[in-house]
Amino acid sequence: MVYFILKRLIQSVFVMLAVAFLAFSLFRFVGDPITQMTGVETSVADQERLREDLGLNDPFILQFGRFTGDMLQGDFGFSYRTRQPVAEMIATRIPATIELGVVALLISLLVGVPAGVFTALRPRGIATQAILMTTLVGVSIPTFVIGIMLIFIFGVQLGWLPTFGRGGTVQIGNWESSLFTIEGWRALLLPAITLGVYQLTLTMRLVRAEMMEVMRSDYIRFAMARGVPMRKLHYKHALANTMVPVITIIGLQFGGVIAFSIVTESVFQWPGMGLLFLESIRFVDIPVMGVYLVVIAFFFVLVNLIVDLLYVAIDPRLRVKDVS
Amino acid sequence: MIAFLKRHEGLWLFVHAPAAIIAAIVALLIMLGAIFAPWIALVNPYDLSSFSLFDGLLPPIWEEGANTKYLLGTDDQGRDMISSILYGARLSLVIGISALSIAAVLGVGLGLAAGYYGGRFDAIVMRIADVQLALPAILTALLIDGIARGLLPAAVQQDLRVAVLTLAIALSLWVNFARTARASTFVQMKKEYVLAAIMMGQRPTRVMFVHILPNILGPLLVIMTVDLASAILLEATLSFLGIGLPADSPSLGTLIRIGMQFLLSGEWWILWIPTLFLVALVVSINILGDFLRDVFNPRLR
Repeated sequence: MVYFILKRLIQSVFVMLAVAFLAFSLFRFVGDPITQMTGVETSVADQERLREDLGLNDPFILQFGRFTGDMLQGDFGFSYRTRQPVAEMIATRIPATIELGVVALLISLLVGVPAGVFTALRPRGIATQAILMTTLVGVSIPTFVIGIMLIFIFGVQLGWLPTFGRGGTVQIGNWESSLFTIEGWRALLLPAITLGVYQLTLTMRLVRAEMMEVMRSDYIRFAMARGVPMRKLHYKHALANTMVPVITIIGLQFGGVIAFSIVTESVFQWPGMGLLFLESIRFVDIPVMGVYLVVIAFFFVLVNLIVDLLYVAIDPRLRVKDVS
Repeated sequence: MIAFLKRHEGLWLFVHAPAAIIAAIVALLIMLGAIFAPWIALVNPYDLSSFSLFDGLLPPIWEEGANTKYLLGTDDQGRDMISSILYGARLSLVIGISALSIAAVLGVGLGLAAGYYGGRFDAIVMRIADVQLALPAILTALLIDGIARGLLPAAVQQDLRVAVLTLAIALSLWVNFARTARASTFVQMKKEYVLAAIMMGQRPTRVMFVHILPNILGPLLVIMTVDLASAILLEATLSFLGIGLPADSPSLGTLIRIGMQFLLSGEWWILWIPTLFLVALVVSINILGDFLRDVFNPRLR
């Protein structure tokens, strides 16, 4: 068990190093940092001196080491565009994206899992066919179109919900939260649904497939033959065994939520990291792009680590295997 | 013989799947419209002299105050909506199909080689694929686009926009092909005909492309359709985000982005007609993909 955790930790460190290397290469080779920092009137000699002072003439490995060291201390450099510290820019944007992502993920799980179970238990029902057809259409409609549709219906036609921004926010330490005001929740609802819909269809399909697989297995047939009540059979025996893949889904979907939050944030002008990343691409703001990558990778590694640990907690078989 | 029967079985199934027939008709109509856009479109949306501002913001023909010349109305510049959409779909399809072709050639080539040689080459290709699979395609495409913006001089940026976009999409979609080709190649490698071909001393490239490739085309074809939809969606999303194509050469995504400006005013057709087109195209391609998957995977039937 300890060995397993240790192994996963070491793997995670390697992944983070690889991403840091990518971010560093971006910073070092896409455009010249010196020309970004200096104006037209800076003389070539001054530029060379700056280059020497900043250590840009040092060996590559040394520079990368310094870059990683700075990052570990929370020094992410400065944005080319705004001249502000990147760490600050990202830090003020993180809460918005995390709140959006978590609420979207919750929506997708709270609707997706029951829907998956339902459609698996009644594979030939009319409701099942309707749900499956809807999800096929749902997968095909791009995220931004879903967002526009929601804005049009609930924002423009009905006028129930705001269509952009975060509404009322509450400052808790460094965390600007919109979860504590009604205005905030109203603003959060449309973007979260937009972001959740695609994940919802994925969750539903996976749970359905897994559930159908489990229902076919021998131990379920045996339980059926033994006369275990259907309700208990479905929700205790079968569902418990589909939980492992559901956990996997959460891990896998995290990447999707982050990536599609870029699109969702753009449609709703939600002031999160995705919008910042989009701006940084448009203005070729390499430091921000690089740091965004590193931060996303960090979350990704963290979530997958937790998911791996959850496996062991949920599935006793893994613990036994680990000992042998 | 088996392939022949399968094809007929597929045809038989096709005739009995109304959703697939409708999807095929819709996809075909849009594709034909896109191909023949220069001949059937009323105006050329790239040619400023072919339309006039006086015809701007005309509604579709069934609404009050429409001009019968413009069946689906015009946008604020006076461009005929049908023409814009046909040209936009043309651009979307050109980018989608070329990106898909690049991705397929790259992915299938690498996947075949990885499955054939195995060992270290296989490990390297698959590790790269794993890393990329962890990142959703849209993130990869955005990143490649950002890098291209940094590397290319400003003067050629605009001219190379289509190429950059195509490459960004292609490089985010190759993984699916590589993984499928590799897995199928592994299965084929154990079969006698491959062993025989290798023992006869045929060159590896010949074994891969002449012997193995025809036998793994089925699953690749399914990926091809599903990924065509992904490629079109990716392009539309990037253009919608303002990272893709500029407003003077609009694809479907750009048209929707322009239409967003009319969300609050009454000119609904400028937004919703291109959107409807995009969704219809992608939905029908996805339905066809689903159908193909069922045909090639009889276990699911």
